[in-house]
Amino acid sequence: MDLTNHFEKLITLTSTQLPSDVEDKLRKQMAMEEEGTPAKASLKTIIQNIEMARKETLPICQDTGALIFYINYPSEKYRESDFREAILKATRIVTGKSLLRPNAVDGISGKNSGDNTGAGSPWFNFYQWDRDYVEVKLLLKGGGSENCGIQYKLPDDTMGAGRNLQGVKKCVIDAVFRAQGEGCAPGIIGVCIGGNRDSGNKIAKEMLFRKLDDINPEPKLAEAETDLYNKLNSLNIGPMGLGGKTTVLGVKIGALHRLPACYFVSISYMCWACRRHTMIIKGEEITYD
Amino acid sequence: MIKIQLPVSEEEVRKLKIGDEVYLTGKMVTGRDSAHTYLLEKFQEDLAPILENTVIYHCGPVVKKEGDLWSFVAAGPTTSIRDEPYEADVIKNYHLRGVIGKGGMGEKTLKACKDYGAVYFHAVGGVAVVLAKSVKQVLGVYKLEEFGVPEAFWHIDVVDFPVIVTMDSHSNSIHKDVLSFSKSRKEELFKL
Repeated sequence: MDLTNHFEKLITLTSTQLPSDVEDKLRKQMAMEEEGTPAKASLKTIIQNIEMARKETLPICQDTGALIFYINYPSEKYRESDFREAILKATRIVTGKSLLRPNAVDGISGKNSGDNTGAGSPWFNFYQWDRDYVEVKLLLKGGGSENCGIQYKLPDDTMGAGRNLQGVKKCVIDAVFRAQGEGCAPGIIGVCIGGNRDSGNKIAKEMLFRKLDDINPEPKLAEAETDLYNKLNSLNIGPMGLGGKTTVLGVKIGALHRLPACYFVSISYMCWACRRHTMIIKGEEITYD
Repeated sequence: MIKIQLPVSEEEVRKLKIGDEVYLTGKMVTGRDSAHTYLLEKFQEDLAPILENTVIYHCGPVVKKEGDLWSFVAAGPTTSIRDEPYEADVIKNYHLRGVIGKGGMGEKTLKACKDYGAVYFHAVGGVAVVLAKSVKQVLGVYKLEEFGVPEAFWHIDVVDFPVIVTMDSHSNSIHKDVLSFSKSRKEELFKL
């Protein structure tokens, strides 16, 4: 079957509707901020914007981001090229409808391709799996927040950070401190302990798909997530970096095995507009979350 | 809430203080990464008149074209700090009265605000639909072909565009204050 119009729907949904767990969390935080502060005013406008974008089917943010796809598929029914071609087509159509901004700039000439396609755009992560259905996850990640991502190498003498959870926490605090308001706080922080230079960054980004209210199955990481959430929100950076109680909406930590010589802490910063949705293709039935 | 009509005088801008909530109405120009380096390559005669005594908006919008008419669909601010190396000279050379962006800017821009009479207006990042509603008309576009939609200069007419003054012309900056507090808090947390 031709999947183009289903991908159009997934991209449109992701650009225009914030996932409900993120919206709920923003509402809770808005209620907590003090009246008359830039924090309260910013969060109020953010909520208003989310509602308007959803109602009128308009992009939540003008930086509609990089299109990052994660596709799990059964190999007996599909080939990667089936998805790749349909997604490229859908991307051009949705860009033409002004629901995505042309965001692919040639690395050498600086020329914007005009339709969001180009070398590495959209960005695909394919995994063949043994289940009988297809799962397509899409993340739209803007440039301001992507610029706040960072990778540390432990030990780090300047921070007094060793190769342990205490050291990892210092990295995360430092990264959020450095970001200030530049990544559109309140942010969601994806972290990966271990791995190599690229696998670490990859898993840190995949952490952004976890629901904000989930609990890490690894008790030590669950503890670190809660502890960091509280510590980061005591920095008083606040929404947009203008001060306030809400600096982050969540911290999600994953871990990979590492080489004995390497200890990377990779951090992906996501803005409050955490645009992620999932599509499941099971036979003829297609569902979206 | 203070209402400001653009273009605006230096005198009026110097009255603004950090924390002031302002509605901007009138003509302004968008410009970000490529736009700033272009403005400093040489004095751009064609753009100077539309920048004089108004503000530059760090924004790469989503736009729509119907017939010959452009409109703004989504238009929130982009991160301003990338233009920190250039902004002071842009303010000076083109007599800007302000910058709209997000995340704030550094010492060099703060000094230019003081020396030449300008302020930094902070718009809420990501609230692209709300802000696009304030853009009533696209008056023109410059360097569209060369820079692409996000980085072109869009000359726009806005009504009641909501911003907060976070850097004023008296060397005050909310960003500097937040940075300083969060730095000492970070150092406390590192000791725990």
